[in-house]
Amino acid sequence: MKTVLAATTALMTCFSAVSATAAECSNEAWNRVMERGSIIVGVKADYKPWGYRSTDGELVGMEIDMAKDVADKMGVELELVPVQSSNRMQFLEQGKIDLMIATMSDRADRREIVGIVGPNYYTSGTNLLAPKPLKLTDWEQLRDKPVCGKQGAFYNQIVEERYGAKIIAFAGNAEAKQALRDKKCIGFVYDDSSIMADLASGDWDEFEMPMKTEDDNPWALAVPKDERNCVFGRFMSGMQYNWHKDGTLVELEKKWGIQPTAYLAGQQDRFKDWLSK
Amino acid sequence: MLDAVQEFFRQLATDYPTWNFVFFYEDRQWDKVVSGLWMTIKLSVICVVFSVVIGIVGAAMQRARSRFIRGIVQAYIQFFRNTPPFVQLLFFYFALGAFTPTYSPDGWLEVPIISNVGWAIISLSFFAGAFNVEIFRAGVEAVPQSTQEASEALGFTRLQTFAYVVLPLALRVSIPSLNNNLVNLVKTTTQAFVIAVPELLYQSITIWNDFPSAQNPMMLVLFVSYLALVGILVLGMNKWERVMRIPGYGA
Repeated sequence: MKTVLAATTALMTCFSAVSATAAECSNEAWNRVMERGSIIVGVKADYKPWGYRSTDGELVGMEIDMAKDVADKMGVELELVPVQSSNRMQFLEQGKIDLMIATMSDRADRREIVGIVGPNYYTSGTNLLAPKPLKLTDWEQLRDKPVCGKQGAFYNQIVEERYGAKIIAFAGNAEAKQALRDKKCIGFVYDDSSIMADLASGDWDEFEMPMKTEDDNPWALAVPKDERNCVFGRFMSGMQYNWHKDGTLVELEKKWGIQPTAYLAGQQDRFKDWLSK
Repeated sequence: MLDAVQEFFRQLATDYPTWNFVFFYEDRQWDKVVSGLWMTIKLSVICVVFSVVIGIVGAAMQRARSRFIRGIVQAYIQFFRNTPPFVQLLFFYFALGAFTPTYSPDGWLEVPIISNVGWAIISLSFFAGAFNVEIFRAGVEAVPQSTQEASEALGFTRLQTFAYVVLPLALRVSIPSLNNNLVNLVKTTTQAFVIAVPELLYQSITIWNDFPSAQNPMMLVLFVSYLALVGILVLGMNKWERVMRIPGYGA
């Protein structure tokens, strides 16, 4: 009886110890990065121009530039790991990456899984890459039509439920776009900002972005969930705040040939230093 | 009762955020699981049947007098057995799919006659079929030459010898390795995901993309479903093996 009691007490202390440290900050990922001397950032490799491979195979893009700035400010080396929409949160959860900047929309259920911190660095909405000859103008025209999509995008379900489109979701961007070129679907439902970049690239002259952009949704970078309110999370909030304040994001947008968004201009104005002219 | 189950899983999801069995209390997700499972079953059954037929026909063709026919079978085996099914699926759907006839419901769309499900069936059947040909060949070679000579002496033609004497005996020898290959085939149907065939893996990933909290439960669903499907297949095959047993032969 005594041993049982002792064991129970030991177990209880164990549990309370665990819950006590959970409430505090272990700063595990942050310390790991500092000890290692390098930060592993998960970025996209198929999402031009935010994160993609240049012709010589290097990962480049707006988000890679942001990751570089993070590494510089922390004084560590930068290691990039390409992630996909469908595995990016798991990579962060399992500690395969320390930080994720991967075109992720900021959704309530995602905040349950990873440590999302504001202010959001970008925003985009849902639109359609569609062939000009079809002369599509309204989302309702998608009803019962095959529409290509990409696994991992939250708006696939919305377009399916709201407009009755038949979404054919491919694992990668390249497959979805190839299917559209092969005329296997009447459009590719995707982020408006990415579609604009595609149209500007000159490879999609026979295509247009005909719909009214819907479900404008801010993007979020993420740290491990436990560190949202600790050093790492607070640091990334500061990074984003400064990117908005000093116009870094607006400049990067220009550098990578992205159509200027009203959101970034508005945020720069919102966070501007009251003493600066 | 049903409400209680739904309530239980709702509560479980709030208590343990990574164990959200969302399909137990949301009709739409439930429908996805059911339709995915149904597609996986259809894909499995059709591919198993076709691959066995391909295996038997291929094994028969390997015995042909014509070197040309034997060469074709050999080329087919080498191509399908030695390339990854994943690449085969992509190649068939995107590359070969471009050459198949299409029809157009609206003047722009070019709906191919062979859908992605069709290509998955073709590609997976031929993939597993290539192995089956070799499996049946092993069985055919295990049939003693003297038995075949005996059937020839009884006036059987080559085809009759194969159909009535060689094949029935070869089948019995082949069942254990055939069993293995068909189990593999059922599991390989998940790769049809790459050409957007809405089977169980596709639907599971769709669900856990919409509900990141449901990833663990969906993987559990995948495990349980495949254990059940493969279990049924293996049970059936074992039963078949017992029914086919000839006392004293191949024991």
